[in-house]
Amino acid sequence: MTIEIKTSTIQPIRNTFAHIERRFGDKPASRYQEASYDLAPTTNFHYRPLWDPERELYDPGRTAIDMEDWYAFRDPRQYYYGSYVQARAKLQEITESNYAFFTRRDLASRLPGAAREKIVRCLLPLRHLEMGANMNNVFGSAYGIGTVLTQAFLYNGMDRLGIAQYLSRIGLILDGNSGDTLKAAKTSWMEDPLWQDLRRYVEDVLAQKDWFEVFVAQDVVLDTLVYDIFYRQFDDAMTDAGAGDLAMLIEFMQEWHKETSRWVDSVIKTAVAESDANREQIAAWVADWKQQALAALGPLAAEAVGPDAINASAEVLNKRLAKAGL
Amino acid sequence: MAARKLNLKERYSLLTRDLDWEYSYRDKKEIFPYEDFEGIKITDWSKWEDPFRLTMDAYWKYQAEKEKKLYAIFDAFAQNNGQQNVTDARYINAIKVFLTGVSPLEYQAYSGYAHVGRQFSGVGARTACQMQSIDELRHVQTQVHAMSHYNKFFDGFQDFSHMHDRVWYLSVPKSFFDDARSAGPFEFMVAISFSFEYVLTNLLFVPFMSGAAYNGDMATVTFGFSAQSDEARHMTLGLEVIKFLLEQHPDNVPIVQRWIDKWFWRGTRLLAIVAMMMDYMLPNRVMSWKEAWEVYFEEAGGALFKDLARYGIEMPKYAATAIAEKDHISHQTWSTFYNYGHAAAFHTWMPDEKEMDWLSEKYPDTFDKYYRPRFEHWREKEQAGERFYNPTLPMLCNTCQIPMGFTEMDDPSLIAYRQSVYQGERYNFCSDGCKDIFDHEPEKYVQSWLPVHQIYQGNCGGADIEKVLSEYYRINMGKDNLDFHGSPDEARWNAWHNLESAEERLKKAG
Ligand SMILES: [Fe+2]
Ligand SMILES: [Fe+2]
Ligand SMILES: [Zn+2]
Repeated sequence: MTIEIKTSTIQPIRNTFAHIERRFGDKPASRYQEASYDLAPTTNFHYRPLWDPERELYDPGRTAIDMEDWYAFRDPRQYYYGSYVQARAKLQEITESNYAFFTRRDLASRLPGAAREKIVRCLLPLRHLEMGANMNNVFGSAYGIGTVLTQAFLYNGMDRLGIAQYLSRIGLILDGNSGDTLKAAKTSWMEDPLWQDLRRYVEDVLAQKDWFEVFVAQDVVLDTLVYDIFYRQFDDAMTDAGAGDLAMLIEFMQEWHKETSRWVDSVIKTAVAESDANREQIAAWVADWKQQALAALGPLAAEAVGPDAINASAEVLNKRLAKAGL
Repeated sequence: MAARKLNLKERYSLLTRDLDWEYSYRDKKEIFPYEDFEGIKITDWSKWEDPFRLTMDAYWKYQAEKEKKLYAIFDAFAQNNGQQNVTDARYINAIKVFLTGVSPLEYQAYSGYAHVGRQFSGVGARTACQMQSIDELRHVQTQVHAMSHYNKFFDGFQDFSHMHDRVWYLSVPKSFFDDARSAGPFEFMVAISFSFEYVLTNLLFVPFMSGAAYNGDMATVTFGFSAQSDEARHMTLGLEVIKFLLEQHPDNVPIVQRWIDKWFWRGTRLLAIVAMMMDYMLPNRVMSWKEAWEVYFEEAGGALFKDLARYGIEMPKYAATAIAEKDHISHQTWSTFYNYGHAAAFHTWMPDEKEMDWLSEKYPDTFDKYYRPRFEHWREKEQAGERFYNPTLPMLCNTCQIPMGFTEMDDPSLIAYRQSVYQGERYNFCSDGCKDIFDHEPEKYVQSWLPVHQIYQGNCGGADIEKVLSEYYRINMGKDNLDFHGSPDEARWNAWHNLESAEERLKKAG
């Protein structure tokens, strides 16, 4: 038997906000649409920023990339704040139980000594790289155009802070909260010749002024290589070395990268498809940063995984770029 | 191996502060280029005390729980036609002002904190600002979602972001935030984190949210409760910023004092709209603007500035003027909007007899003497079918951009005018505070996008005011604007309520 609940029906006078209707037609809109489209100011700015007097507050001229409509970018995950934090809360819940299990069973003590050392030397310094990635994505959020894009930059930026914190917690689990592994990892980041070209790369990206170039250098080129080397190949190598339990501690990074790549791919694809000028500009940036990234990561990949590792990751990057039309 | 216990501070430091490093391949100034030009001296960023020690995992978890509850209520609100339960359709105009005037500031706050959250070289400050940035993004989005349902049943919400960039009175809040964001990073923090979030937030946010609670607006009040813990973080950041700047170097003190003076004044001007909302737009009143001002500024602010005296910080320069204005500001602002009710995207009206009596009681020194006679006159005209609208374009204050309508405090019958001449041009101001702000940075304020000037210059679609309003502003003429009485909002509201009482009768008969 079905119960028919009587509700008073009142006819709405419109389905959604006018700017949403102009884009998507006169029909009910999703929460994502109402939270994302045409939200940012576009005109009649009052004062030029003292810190950038050549430009307006929201100025599309802060990148060489040009778009007819900045809201052409899509986030396939359709993240607005509410859906973003709920997705991350789920992922962190799994991660938390992984970390708790790892700690409770004292799996750290079962890691072979050489593997443990490798984790400290080859994985933990990435926490600093993630801090750079945090800043580079917040950069895109601060100076980029169009909420569809800029909100995703901020989510990515906060994700990177979260990942840096998870990496640090791996260290604390290994060293029983003494912080010694983090100190060692920082020394590697600062002084170990193995890490210096990568640190130089990160500092170089931090000094760039074109936010789309920063996105290419960080999220497209560097992240593709780093996540393939350290969270796929290194994971496999550790399993081979009897340290397969590490997988529990880096599952977040793996899942996160898989998910975020969908967004990164769609951004690059949209920008490239917009115009020849965009494609040429992006191709030039990619060529430049790729060469530097491969050079910086080569020795690290060899140490962490093996001599072929960098080529395997370069292959992954090339495929990804080809798919985006580059 | 038994793990050592880490206290919260140690742990947060290892998980956040320690992620930073000293750059050696690039000059720090290339990476953080904006830290020096304001003259603020930071000798040691490591002295920064983290105002809240929240790691991302905890942030995601708490915020997701809050969002889940919030959206469950939004859903229920929409399903049950919660818009029918507000006290009176006049109330809806308060949240139209909120969505068109305040929510876009949340957006600007998001962008502004992303900017400083990238540009501060101190990792503790950077991270705290990033968290505020994403919180502010939350606020604008949840506010849009809270209003989304009202937009389906009332006029005036539909083009809020288009309007915010163009409509004359919305240039008041817009220029306020443009001013803060175009300033250097430290001034931005003193303006928004301290002056706005810490000193004045109880006079902006709380009146709207309490107004919602008193007037049956479930969607807005739920948002308000949900945002409270975010705001608590933002306030602690505001206090930390001020303490940090003042403790870092004595040379910072006069700079910070000048910013406090400026942003206090700019803030009080912005609050004029809240004052009128509290006294005129809430069918069920929370407290008068004057009472709110006394509790939240005179008492709470007084205590705060007493506390800051040990750093050499004094009460904001025009506090005495602002205190005197508490008896006038809401009445004068409502008069202005009543005058220009044809040019606004929300409705205005004259208070009824009972409401006038309430105003007389709350403002014994001023309401009957200066405002009641005028309002009664307007009400009579309306009853005679000649509702008064002012057909001229007002002159705007070059700083706060409010139409010149505030009076001298020692003579409330005299409109206050101040002027400055800069490079041969004359500029007008509503007050000494606004003139001072201009005189200190004229090269900034000559850039003001003044809506009335822009209309005269033909930048808003020509000289035909009807066209400016309907085409450039996109006000739906005859729907969004004019008096509440006779509006489609009013007609719909009445229709719903007749319907409801018919149902009620049916129930009783059954
Ligand atoms: Fe906010
Ligand atoms: Fe806030
Ligand atoms: Zn003014």
